[in-house]
Amino acid sequence: MTSIDESNKEKLRSVSVDLNNDASLLIDIPDALCERDKVKFTVHTKTTLSSFQKPEFSVPRQHEDFIWLHDTLVETEDYAGLIIPPAPPKPDFEGPREKMHKLGEGEATMTKEEYTKMKQELEAEYLAVFKKTVQVHEVFLQRLSSHPILSKDRNFQIFLEYDQDLSVRRKNAKEMFGGFFKNMVKSADEVLISGIKEVDDFFEQEKTFLLDYYSKIKDSTAKAEKMTRSHKNIADDYIHISATLNSLSAEDSTGNKKNLEKLSDLFEKLRKVEGRVASDQELKLTELLRYYMRDIQAAKDLLYRRARALADYENSNKALDKARLKSKDIPQAEEHQQHCLQKFDKLSESGKKELTSFKGRRVVAFRKNLIEMAELEIKHAKQDYTHNISGLFPLKPSCSFCLTIFDLLEFFFFFFLL
Amino acid sequence: MATSSERSPPPFPDSEDQDVLDTEDVAGRDSDEDDGGDLFMSSSNPPLTEADTLLEPASQPSDVLMKPPADIMNDPLIEPISSQTENKPASEVVSEPSDDFVDLTNNIGVTTESAVAEIPLDEPSDDFVDILGSETEAQREEVVVTDVTVEAAADKSEVTSGVTESPGHGKIGSDAEEEAQETSTAPIIDLGADLPASNTQQPPVSDKIADPLVDLLSDVSPPPAADAKKPSGATIDLFEDEGRDLFAEPRQTKSAKLPQKSLFGEADEDLFGEPLGAISKKTVNKEQKEKSVTTKAAAAVPTGGPLQDGNPTEPADIFTEEAVATAPSVSNTSTVNSKTNGVHSEEEADIFSEATVELSLDSPRTERKNDVMAKPSASAPTSLSAAASQAKPQSAALEELEEEEEAELDDKFEVLVSVKDPEKIGDGMNAYMAYKVSTQTTLPMFRNKTFTVRRRFSDFLGLYEKLSEKHGPNGFIVPPPPEKSILGMTKVKVGKEDSSSADFVERRRGALERYLQRVVNHPSLIQDPDVREFLEREELPRAVSTQALSGAGFLKMINKATDAVSKMTIKMNESDVWFEEKLQEVESADQQFRKLHALVESLVIHRKELSLNTASFAKSTAMLGSAEDNTALSRALSQLAEVEDKMEQLHQDQAANDTFSFAELIADYIRLLGAVRGSFDHRMKVWQRWQDAQAMLQKKRETEAKLLWANKPDKLQLAKEEIAEWEAKVTQYERDFERVSATVRKEVVRFELIKYWEAFLPEAKAIA
Repeated sequence: MTSIDESNKEKLRSVSVDLNNDASLLIDIPDALCERDKVKFTVHTKTTLSSFQKPEFSVPRQHEDFIWLHDTLVETEDYAGLIIPPAPPKPDFEGPREKMHKLGEGEATMTKEEYTKMKQELEAEYLAVFKKTVQVHEVFLQRLSSHPILSKDRNFQIFLEYDQDLSVRRKNAKEMFGGFFKNMVKSADEVLISGIKEVDDFFEQEKTFLLDYYSKIKDSTAKAEKMTRSHKNIADDYIHISATLNSLSAEDSTGNKKNLEKLSDLFEKLRKVEGRVASDQELKLTELLRYYMRDIQAAKDLLYRRARALADYENSNKALDKARLKSKDIPQAEEHQQHCLQKFDKLSESGKKELTSFKGRRVVAFRKNLIEMAELEIKHAKQDYTHNISGLFPLKPSCSFCLTIFDLLEFFFFFFLL
Repeated sequence: MATSSERSPPPFPDSEDQDVLDTEDVAGRDSDEDDGGDLFMSSSNPPLTEADTLLEPASQPSDVLMKPPADIMNDPLIEPISSQTENKPASEVVSEPSDDFVDLTNNIGVTTESAVAEIPLDEPSDDFVDILGSETEAQREEVVVTDVTVEAAADKSEVTSGVTESPGHGKIGSDAEEEAQETSTAPIIDLGADLPASNTQQPPVSDKIADPLVDLLSDVSPPPAADAKKPSGATIDLFEDEGRDLFAEPRQTKSAKLPQKSLFGEADEDLFGEPLGAISKKTVNKEQKEKSVTTKAAAAVPTGGPLQDGNPTEPADIFTEEAVATAPSVSNTSTVNSKTNGVHSEEEADIFSEATVELSLDSPRTERKNDVMAKPSASAPTSLSAAASQAKPQSAALEELEEEEEAELDDKFEVLVSVKDPEKIGDGMNAYMAYKVSTQTTLPMFRNKTFTVRRRFSDFLGLYEKLSEKHGPNGFIVPPPPEKSILGMTKVKVGKEDSSSADFVERRRGALERYLQRVVNHPSLIQDPDVREFLEREELPRAVSTQALSGAGFLKMINKATDAVSKMTIKMNESDVWFEEKLQEVESADQQFRKLHALVESLVIHRKELSLNTASFAKSTAMLGSAEDNTALSRALSQLAEVEDKMEQLHQDQAANDTFSFAELIADYIRLLGAVRGSFDHRMKVWQRWQDAQAMLQKKRETEAKLLWANKPDKLQLAKEEIAEWEAKVTQYERDFERVSATVRKEVVRFELIKYWEAFLPEAKAIA
């Protein structure tokens, strides 16, 4: 069972997106409970809107409820022209859990101290994952609440207000398969309709950009993840080295003892710095990239829906022509064609708006996060540097850390210009 | 210094006044040392007369005992200060000692001799008696010899022989002769050693009065060890031979305390104890102040206490001081011994019972030296005034001292070896790497100050083979070279100019350099002709036995296998706790280091991974930046890419740094620990041989008994011969075992010291 207190959350909030919250509808998740696989989030809402019965209320929600909300929004025809905020990923505590298990197995090979440290480290990691999970769920709701149209959605309001368990039916195997099949069809369709000539330059441009950007950001996310993991590995290595040095120093009876102890301390400090670097990078960089990867996916979905509508429109045009040729069902076809055209125009219009706002949002979020990351990196580099100095290391690396600090500062100032 | 020696005369009750007077003199003299000549003469006269008066009641043993020190004190004092006038007092002194000698031999020699003759050498107490006897002579002898050396070195042998003949009876006589010779050489050594060392303040005095002082001085003045070795080419041998003996001596000296105490304590409580105590006390303080040897000075503080305790303890006290004094002097000759001294003293005596046989001849020399020198100088750590039982604190003090000396030695680096410029020679599978081995040295045994030779890797291995063959069985820890790496070398041979092979060569170069430096830093190994040849000779015969696939290599493998088997079968009941502890320590350290090494390796791997990942992230960020349509953000992203690129370089550097300064060092230690274990194994093997021989002897004895029973005279004769033969072998093997044990002990201590200092390396270098 893990719960998060409010204070920790403040700084975690809205890491990935900068939300221009209006005060009319404020949503947050102040608390969450983890029971085995299920995570229960407490969704707290504060509102001035008249559509809600009370100005303030809290409801318990599970991850599946969020997914249900997302799916219903996606399926709503009216929202086809909007970028539906990406659904939060399933809470995944497998990583830390597995590691904990492994650690338990390898307990015999480690000293007690080492084991305790490793355990602490894993607990911290677990907590971080937990916090992250809560955060992405919160961000999902906040995105919805800040959206002028989506915030008015009936399902969304039910989700927020209904104080009983929503007891959303879990997807059964058939539906799961259906979803998979739908995805297949969708991607096949995407390929098919990609041949259709684009009528609007803006969308043409946007499409190529998003496709390109998506592949790039996906790559970057994977790389950043790897990098973060490497940092973590190094931090873990430091733990072991520090512990081994410690036990060496315990055995040593000569004056060496002091040196070994010092060295072990130093590694411990380095471990902390490295660990923080890893977690900050994870939070500020990897998480950002990951979120926008999903967001771009959502934007791509919008484009797909629009292209679909365009294809429908063209098909209806063809059908109209055919009907005229056969002079049969003309009004029906005309109506359909009109309908398709309307839909397409509406999609294009709202899509344009959405994409533009998305772009602005993205730039702002990137700016914010990268600045934060740079600040943290500078802090860690400084810390590393001081540790090295205090640890009697007349280091070359620390000199280069100085260099890095300057680089980062440069980078940092650059952002203020942005 | 000179001042202090004057204090020696007052052995009599009325000496109190004299003492005071002297101290005043001392003060005056100290202040104006420069114009000292005349002043000295006047002031030094009283003691001389004292000495003369002392002579008259010489029939009493106590007097005899008293006098030598007094003489010794006086002589050096006079001689150095007024070299013009020295003839007169010197001759006087010369005549005196001979008298004393007779007296002494009569008095003490007789008392002790009976014991000496009867008791076998196994028991420590006997040795003490022996030592005691020789020692007392030694004092006398020293007086003579020191005079002689000052007068003229050439006369020495004559005079000494003359003197030695005068006592001319029995065991002591012969002993004395030998000692006389040794003593005659000893002072020369000292002189030779010290003069170049430029101990200008009180040069000859220090020679005679305090050899240990040389050590003290050595803290201030340049090369202590080198001094002993360098200036007197001949003496090197002397010292070398004694190398292993020396460490045994201190034990004797130390153990000598007990009998000494009993003997002297009863016989001459009043006379002997007090003055000497006074002397030692004062001088110590004086000199230490002068020399500002902090450790000793600190240790000297407790001296005051025991000295006032009362007479009986004091003789013991003095001898403890001697024992202590031996330590530095020993360390002078072979750098690491003194620590072993301390350790030995804790030991059961019987281990060295055999060693004493060999050494009893040598020991008087040092002892005598110490006698003469330690008394005035009475080096500090008298904290053990109580007795031998307190050997521990002393050993600790010695350790400290030793470490200091070791540090100095390390700092000096008489031989500096560097391995540079790896160069590939030849093509294909016959290619090899040649390294430039440059040596910088101040040792006179090399022809030049600097020289450079080219050596290939197998030459290094060959050197190791030779050294380990020669020195390994004796218990020396021969530093191991880096292992052969067929894979790494093949890569190099194939000639791929990639980073991993360059990395490999650089790693190996570093390892070779450290290996060679370790070899030349070893006081015994540097003396080995093979090492010198390796460093100096242009062309070296190709080392064949090092090839992994050769017949020799195969033989080696078989040997290793049999060794491993025998190691498992030998169950040694370790009689020595020290070895047991050390072995355990080494084993666990080995384990820890292995673990650490694995961890550091994985750290390096992870770092490399990190740098790789950072690089790819940088690349992909750059791509992302190029894809970004917001210009500012795009620029920011490419900036980020640049930063990450730099970070990647940084991580790479760190990985390399970790490898070279940390992982390699640890690998070195693992190899060294292996060598340490090897020397433990050697010791065990020697022990096994000894046990086998003992078993054999037992068997032979049994057969003899049977034959005796069966009454077969012809075979009995044969059996007796065999027994005699095996007895000799047993003694031989036992001796071997003791020697190897001692060497291993010494070596392990040395290794630990090295470890201690080298542990600074990672600290000095960059790790993180």
